[in-house]
Amino acid sequence: MSESILATHNLMKKFGAVTATDDVSIDVRSGEIHAVIGPNGAGKSTLIKQICGALRPDAGHVELMGRNLSDHSTAARAQAGLGRTFQISELAMEDSVLENAVLGAIGAVSGPWKFWKSALKTKELTDRADQALARVGLLQERDSRVANLSHGQRRQLEVAVSLTLSPKVFLMDEPMAGLGVEGSKIMTGFLDGLRDEAPILLVEHDMDAVFALADRISVLVYGKIIASGNADDIRSSKAVREAYLGDAK
Amino acid sequence: MRVQEKTINALVVVGLMALPLIAFVNDEPFTITLATRAVILAIAAVGLNVILGIGGLVSFGHALFFGIGGYSMGILAHHAQTYTALDLGFLTTDGTKLMPVIWLVAMAVSAIVAYVIGLLILRTSGVYFIMITLAFAQMFYYFSISWAKYGGEDGLSIYVRNDFPGLNTLIPIQFYAICFIILCIVLFLYARLQASPYGLALNANRQTETRVETVGLNSMKLKLVAFVISGAITGLAGALFADLNRFVSPTMFSWQLSGELIVLIIIGGVGRLMGPVIGACVFITLEHFLGGLTDFWHIFLGLILLCIVLFARGGVVGVLTGKEGAHV
Repeated sequence: MSESILATHNLMKKFGAVTATDDVSIDVRSGEIHAVIGPNGAGKSTLIKQICGALRPDAGHVELMGRNLSDHSTAARAQAGLGRTFQISELAMEDSVLENAVLGAIGAVSGPWKFWKSALKTKELTDRADQALARVGLLQERDSRVANLSHGQRRQLEVAVSLTLSPKVFLMDEPMAGLGVEGSKIMTGFLDGLRDEAPILLVEHDMDAVFALADRISVLVYGKIIASGNADDIRSSKAVREAYLGDAK
Repeated sequence: MRVQEKTINALVVVGLMALPLIAFVNDEPFTITLATRAVILAIAAVGLNVILGIGGLVSFGHALFFGIGGYSMGILAHHAQTYTALDLGFLTTDGTKLMPVIWLVAMAVSAIVAYVIGLLILRTSGVYFIMITLAFAQMFYYFSISWAKYGGEDGLSIYVRNDFPGLNTLIPIQFYAICFIILCIVLFLYARLQASPYGLALNANRQTETRVETVGLNSMKLKLVAFVISGAITGLAGALFADLNRFVSPTMFSWQLSGELIVLIIIGGVGRLMGPVIGACVFITLEHFLGGLTDFWHIFLGLILLCIVLFARGGVVGVLTGKEGAHV
């Protein structure tokens, strides 16, 4: 199949006696959405943190387009092409929607070492920000303060900021979290189209969304990948039913 | 009544131009000296406002840079005044009485010290950052007390104010003009910095470092540069302050002064362009009038501070513009 953009190789992470990530090797290939699902406490967030550099694995490494990221800080990984969104919105709450998006554009285009020209009057930055806001449908809120946005709009802004980065791969930590039925549907539609731009590693609780979107699904239980395959494989896997879906149905 | 922030800013600048002129016409040099003090403290607090207001890091040791600026002036002028050589190891000079040179030295030394200290202390945050900045300032304070070569505890007197080409700096209104123009330049640069991509990133970094890192920016470097800029501006103010008093002493390094600079910003409005300036004017006014009534005027200052923190987080600027929260 197509080339692997992001890959983890034998990642291990222990917190005391608890193995949060147990020999996890997964990859994300161009053009696909690879979903990681698993019950609460399965180690999904820990996995994401190790990929984006917030946590250092005890063993194993992460590769982006064949490049080992072990020595890269979080910022360097973002520069290299990891576009992360957060389960709980990490936004500058006092700033406007536009300023948050421009922050992404600064990271992607100009860098922060510009002290003279106003950021919001730099067309290169605002154009990039506006484009991203338009794509998630937030352009009419561009001058609103993030603190005044609804929860759903903050989720959209999270995605918009990652769009300004034009990443090589998206790392999305529960983008549907807290969205209503309607909001989930819109977000699902949006992510569906996004995979052609850059593949997505999607950690998500919303099973409808996962089964509708994912080209491949990996199931994480107690830090271990117990099954991996397309939606049908996962639905019919006995191990997965026992560990996870069984109590959901 | 709500006033536009721009209107307030313009009024403050006009007021700072008019008041000393009126005092000059009425021949009240003491009022001009008071205004000069306010302007210099304002410059120092604008410096602090970069790291505290935009960067969100409460430096409780900014007297460190104020003192470095003061001693830069004191040492250079002392050698020039006594015709003794200043041996720096790599360079021997006669010192100087020229203000622009003194300012550059004060800013450069402050910036270098801020850079070195910043590498260490910016790894901490919150209350640890407050304590470690205080600790560094106290180190310099006690060092200056024991530095017998430059007056130790008694400080250094500089008998004649330093020179600025074309002006007689001993005339209060002329020295005031120098300080006022420097304040205007510093405020202009602050405004540019705040609106620039760097300022936007630093402001976001105050709110969420995680977000800033996630868009590929190095949070530590952002803070370090802010600390260096902040230290350099406060150092410049220190050099001016020493020239105003024609005297440098360890009190310029004191923690009370660090605290006062924070108080100025809180009174005026955290992160606001004119916050430190308004804070300095209010502070000097209170010190003069209440201080004339009672030695315990700090009690009233405390009460005012309490009211601002409890009821008007945006300080004076916040109250006037009707935007109550800090920053917002």
